[in-house]
Amino acid sequence: MNPFTHATATNSVAIEIGGTAILLESDDPGFHAMVKAKYPGFLAAESHDSCSLRFDVEVLGEGELTEDEDVHVWREFDRWYARRGDFRAEFDLQSGTGRIRQELNPFALNSILRIVHTIYLASRGGFLLHAASAIRNGSAFVFSGVSGAGKTTISRCAPDDAVLLSDEISYMTKNSGQYGAWGTPFAGELGQPGSNCTAPVAKFFFLEKGPQNHIEDVSRAEATRMLLRNILFFCDDERLVRQVFDSAYDFLEHVPVYRLMFVPDTTVWNFVEEFDIACPTNT
Amino acid sequence: MPDKYIARSSAIAARMLGGEMMIMSAVDSTFFTLNETATLIWQAADGTTPLAKIIAEKVCSEYDIDLQTAAADVEHFVEELSKHGILIASDTPIPQKTASGAAR
Repeated sequence: MNPFTHATATNSVAIEIGGTAILLESDDPGFHAMVKAKYPGFLAAESHDSCSLRFDVEVLGEGELTEDEDVHVWREFDRWYARRGDFRAEFDLQSGTGRIRQELNPFALNSILRIVHTIYLASRGGFLLHAASAIRNGSAFVFSGVSGAGKTTISRCAPDDAVLLSDEISYMTKNSGQYGAWGTPFAGELGQPGSNCTAPVAKFFFLEKGPQNHIEDVSRAEATRMLLRNILFFCDDERLVRQVFDSAYDFLEHVPVYRLMFVPDTTVWNFVEEFDIACPTNT
Repeated sequence: MPDKYIARSSAIAARMLGGEMMIMSAVDSTFFTLNETATLIWQAADGTTPLAKIIAEKVCSEYDIDLQTAAADVEHFVEELSKHGILIASDTPIPQKTASGAAR
C-alpha cells in the first residue's frame, strides 16, 4: 500500500537508487540545489505515488550539531534511528515516512541514503556492497574487495563499451530469483557517480592485484566470509544481521563467484570477457 | 569438577556449508567458521546434556584423543564462543527458550 495520499509538494525532490525512489521534502532552497548537483543521474519524478519512502528534511545551520560523533544506527521496535556528528535521521519502513535533520553537506545525505537503503534492502534480499561493477554485453560484472583491493583501478581500466555502475559501492537486488546490480551515486576515488541502470549479475569476483591475470574458484565458506566482510553493515541489530546473513548465503547460491587476480591495465577486461564466454552463466 | 552445560544462543545466524558450520553473531556481527569437531559440539549444545558427556561421546569416541586433552580444547572453544554470545555456558541446565534451533 502506498503510504502517501496527499498531492506532491513543490518543495520536494526525489532520489532514485536501485529502483527505489526516496522523496525528500524541505523548504530549504540550498538543500534542493545540493541534491540536484550531487545526484544528477539519480533524480526521479517528484511524485508521492512513485516513491517508496518520504522524509521531511530540516536543514540545520552550521554549529547546530556540534558533536564529533561516529555513525550510530539502531532500531526501537519498528522505527530506525541513525545519527552522526552532522545528521540525525529516523524512519519507519511500515509507514514509509521519516525525518532528517542535517547540516547542508552532501556527505551527510550520502550516509543517510546508504543507511536507509541498506535497511530497506535487507528485508528484500538485497544489499549494498563494497564493490565496483559494470555492465558489459548486457550482463553485470561485480568486483568486490576491501579498500586497496583494486575497485577503482579496475574501473579506470574499463573499456569504452562498459557501463560503469560504481567504483566503490554497488547495489544488489533480487528479483524473480535473479540478482541484479544497479549503479549508485556513491563514488570512490574515481570521483564520478555510476550510471543509473541495471543488469543481471553474470559473475562476481573478489579482487586482488597480482602479477598476472588469473581467475580461480573460491570455496563457499571463504566466499561467504569475504562477502559478509564487504556488505555494508551499520549496526548489530539481530533481525538485520540474520537478514543479511541469509541474503549473502542466497546470493552465493545463485551467482558464480571467483577470485580475480589482475594486472592493473586494460587486459583484465578482455580476460574477464574471455572467461565469461568460456564459462557461461546459466540464468 | 561440577557439570557444565552449553546451549546455542538465539542471537545468531548459522548455516552449514560444505561441512563447515558458519555462524554470525547478531550481537556484534562477528563471523565464525567451525571445523568438523567444533560443529559436532555446537550441534550437541542443547542446554541439557552435560559438557563432559558431549566431550566423551562426540569428541573422544569419534577422534583418537584422550579426555583431558579434549576437555582442555573444548573449554577453550566454549570460552571463545561464549565471549561473543554465540554459546551460552552455565553450571546448571539451560532452559529451552534460551537455546536455539537456528542452525540451518
